[in-house]
Amino acid sequence: MTWTLPAPNVFWALGVIFLLLFVTTFLIYAVAFKNPDKNYTELKLRIKSWWVIVVLFAIALTLSRTSALVFFAFLSFLALKEYLSLIPTRRADRRVLFWAYLAVIIQYYWIAINWYVMFLIFVPVYMFLFLPMRMVILGETQGFLKAIGALHWGMMLTVFSLGHIAYLLMLPFSGNPVAGGAGLLLYLVFLTEINDIAQYIWGKSCGRHKVLPQVSPNKTWEGLLGGILTTTLMAVLLAPWLTPFQPLHALAIGLLISWAGFIGDVTISALKRDLGVKDSGNLIPGHGGILDRIDSLTYTAPLFFHFTVYFYFQGVLT
Amino acid sequence: MKILLRLLFFVVVVRLVVLIILGVRIKNKVRLPKSGPAIIVANHNSHLDTLVLMTLFPIWMLGKLRPVAAEGYFFKNRWLRWFSLHIVGIIPIKRQDFGVQVHPLAECSTALLRGEILIIYPEGSRGRPESLASLQSGIAHLAKRHPEIPIYPVFLHGLGKSLPKGEILLVPFFCDVFVGEEIFWTGHKKDFMELLSQQLKELAAQGNFPPWE
Repeated sequence: MTWTLPAPNVFWALGVIFLLLFVTTFLIYAVAFKNPDKNYTELKLRIKSWWVIVVLFAIALTLSRTSALVFFAFLSFLALKEYLSLIPTRRADRRVLFWAYLAVIIQYYWIAINWYVMFLIFVPVYMFLFLPMRMVILGETQGFLKAIGALHWGMMLTVFSLGHIAYLLMLPFSGNPVAGGAGLLLYLVFLTEINDIAQYIWGKSCGRHKVLPQVSPNKTWEGLLGGILTTTLMAVLLAPWLTPFQPLHALAIGLLISWAGFIGDVTISALKRDLGVKDSGNLIPGHGGILDRIDSLTYTAPLFFHFTVYFYFQGVLT
Repeated sequence: MKILLRLLFFVVVVRLVVLIILGVRIKNKVRLPKSGPAIIVANHNSHLDTLVLMTLFPIWMLGKLRPVAAEGYFFKNRWLRWFSLHIVGIIPIKRQDFGVQVHPLAECSTALLRGEILIIYPEGSRGRPESLASLQSGIAHLAKRHPEIPIYPVFLHGLGKSLPKGEILLVPFFCDVFVGEEIFWTGHKKDFMELLSQQLKELAAQGNFPPWE
């Protein structure tokens, strides 16, 4: 199959996202103008960063499949680097960590050559066996369990899980005639991010009952349920334009994305709380670090991918 | 030709390594001087320190940036000597003489009078990675000679993990840079060194760095 441009529906969807950004930016600046005594710097920073993210994402997705794969490989690399800079690591493990970085390139190479089985097993089997071996050769046993456990969890989150977003682009077009793999990717990423935003807005406006106060004090049941409702509704409405999903499947995937997105979010929150930091970094002004932005995707991407493959691409991937 | 090579090295190689492979997270960048003369004083953990500090400034200021480095190490062979002098643009000093005679500082003074920005590591050598050693007082002599020139303490974290002393394999970690407020010669060597050391420690305390043992 030769890859040219994504399907027209992908462009329409990107157009709608840009329209939403325009409207939101206008609203934020209008509200800030009406209430000059209140501070909207954080919100303005956040929307500015959204512009940068969406523009980069749109360019990578529409330019070529290779550019999209490079974009996601770089995202995995940034996320892994942020993770390894955040957690305690051992001096002795420098060379092991180097292999972990190499694994990012190798994993995206499997994706690029469409070797499905290798993509599935490379991190959970081969890296799982190789990294501890490399660590053992170094001979440092003090803190071995912590070091290898932390490294493997980070690899699974930032390389294996995120890689599923990229693999959507390798799915055969015939399985999703309305928008292809790029359509599925856009559907997943859009719903995951909308779910984050919807949970935030519902929680801010009518949140009363805390859902996981020890992990994330700002999360409420009202925010969670409002997010699930909004995301599921969007999932059903958007499905015919971007996916091959029947309405019942779209409903299920809406519930899955909104719930899993929440779990991904609080999982990274638990990590940050354990390490005693507020944000995972400061690379994205107004948002925090890379991990703060992609936390939900680490859960939604593999679940969405395997749901889709099970129902619509069974037997076509080898 | 040398200037072109230097420009090419810093635009292509250094920026690729520093901004893409490592990644720099900088706090209070606005405090950095917009023009020389000035002295940047930083902690020293890695050869990457100089490259990162030089990337903090816009590329058109490259000609003004002069890292001060020990002659003994960087003049080990003629290739390294040529590279250090013409591509990195170091001001070489004899380590053992630093602070003892006036002579080794002469070139630093001349550079400051030309409006250049010096990069100085008062810890001397790179030492044990990611820990602050005691400061040598050569910087105090320089500050005393130029009491009107601002001195900017800068704390770097992460580069000692990426490329510590004695290693040739670069392992990416984010580099955190904390820029402090400018200080000046206080009139007394002891006061000045205490102030400088205090400033660096306060900058280091801003970060919440994970253990690295």
